[in-house]
Amino acid sequence: MLDRTAAATPAYIVDASDPQHLRRAIADLTTGFSRWRLARALAWLDLRNRYRGSVLGPFWLTLSTAAMLLGLGVLYAALFRMSLGEYLPHLAVSLVIWNAIAQMVNEATNSLTASEGIIRQMPLPYTVHALRCVMRNGLVAAHNLPLIAVVFLACGHLPGPEALLAIPGFILIAINAFAAALLLGMICARFRDIGPIVASVMQLAFFLTPILWKPRLLGHWEVLMPLNPFYAVLETVRGPLVEGGGPMLAWIAAVTYTVLLVAIAGAFFVRFRGRVAFWV
Amino acid sequence: MALIEASGLCLDFPFYHLGARSLKKRLLRGARLHTDDSNRVVVTALRNLDFRITTGERVALVGPNGAGKTTLLRTLAGVYEPVQGRIAVEGQIGALIDVAAGMDPDSTGRENVTLRGLYRGLSDAECVELVEEVAAFSGLGDFFDVPIRTYSAGMGVRLAFALATAMQPQVLLMDEWFLAGDAAFMAKAEERLARLVGGADILVIATHDFNVVRRWCNRAIRMEGGVIVADGPAEEILASMGA
Repeated sequence: MLDRTAAATPAYIVDASDPQHLRRAIADLTTGFSRWRLARALAWLDLRNRYRGSVLGPFWLTLSTAAMLLGLGVLYAALFRMSLGEYLPHLAVSLVIWNAIAQMVNEATNSLTASEGIIRQMPLPYTVHALRCVMRNGLVAAHNLPLIAVVFLACGHLPGPEALLAIPGFILIAINAFAAALLLGMICARFRDIGPIVASVMQLAFFLTPILWKPRLLGHWEVLMPLNPFYAVLETVRGPLVEGGGPMLAWIAAVTYTVLLVAIAGAFFVRFRGRVAFWV
Repeated sequence: MALIEASGLCLDFPFYHLGARSLKKRLLRGARLHTDDSNRVVVTALRNLDFRITTGERVALVGPNGAGKTTLLRTLAGVYEPVQGRIAVEGQIGALIDVAAGMDPDSTGRENVTLRGLYRGLSDAECVELVEEVAAFSGLGDFFDVPIRTYSAGMGVRLAFALATAMQPQVLLMDEWFLAGDAAFMAKAEERLARLVGGADILVIATHDFNVVRRWCNRAIRMEGGVIVADGPAEEILASMGA
């Protein structure tokens, strides 16, 4: 028999008159992140179970994104009167990153409700469930990333060393993804109508964000672009990869939106963490 | 030293996802249902509990369905945070409330044991140790490497039991007594269970079975409608319940 290895806290004290929300939230985050191996194992399981028995598995997504790229690429290059070599790298990066963002946001809405069975049965940091959602979507997105390289090679588009700036861009996206998984996960556990609202907002955002079109097509309205948070975050990856570095304004906007989202998610988490078990 | 201490412990369950209005009209006649400050219907699951459990005590929570026994166990385990009052648990907690929670039916027995180890926050080396321990005790043989979806009910119980009892917490929280399986396994299980209970400083078990109370417990807390109606030596409480 294993000797006293159960990792429970040696002393568990909750006093409703002195709830210590902040200390508990921080403890949740630190233990949650220290259990990243659990989140990774669960993310792998999710992926495996989702595509169980399928021959191509998650590569179906790669295939469908490739088909979309080809179809939309040819059509919109003609509509916008651009050459394929000019349009396709833009579309490839935009579409792959957008798919990752949209999927992430949509799954963030049930990051906690999906784990209801676990939340109500065992004490586990809620951070683990949010991390599981982020890792799962990161794994799915990784299956699409090679498409970008393929398109770049086919179009002879070779980004310079400034492409490395895409790495902080990816990190920004990851931070936003985690904050969204926590915030939307909580809100949607409490208010079940938010999920469908988020889904329709994301659909609208697809058309309002320069994915199919390029920002410069807006003419003098282009200055308003940073008001769209999706544009700002997208640009931190697309700029370095396609345009040889994104506009400074997009970076500032992206960092600002990230700080805002993290602050809101953090405040919400600190205040309502103790109620989640009743909500799911 | 292990210790459980509760003072003025209250827990309300809000009904979030039901039509509050129609529900209110129909249900508010009951004393346990009421509306809170923000006009939601809530059910009082635990009301003003005061108790203290110290090392060596084997406590049975008894009472009818819906008395709040399992809710109290979950609160002790840290699943629910109380809305009023204070709860303090000293010592490592081991909760056997729903042993099947978090199991993945499409994973093999071996994978599920590793997963459970991760849930408990064990290191990789400790997970390997746990897998060996559970494999040996459950006696599943080749089935240990087959998805648990294909297990018979008895095999499922053997895996769950072996997994649940492969730890030695100081504070052991249990919901019902899970005993099933073939005779040979029962004999093994009984011995192991006795070791687990004997090794814990504190046992709290929610049960309907008076024989379980007689056999394992020296104290009983009788609950009804979310309040403690009697607390004392197990024999006395059982006698007062007409058993």
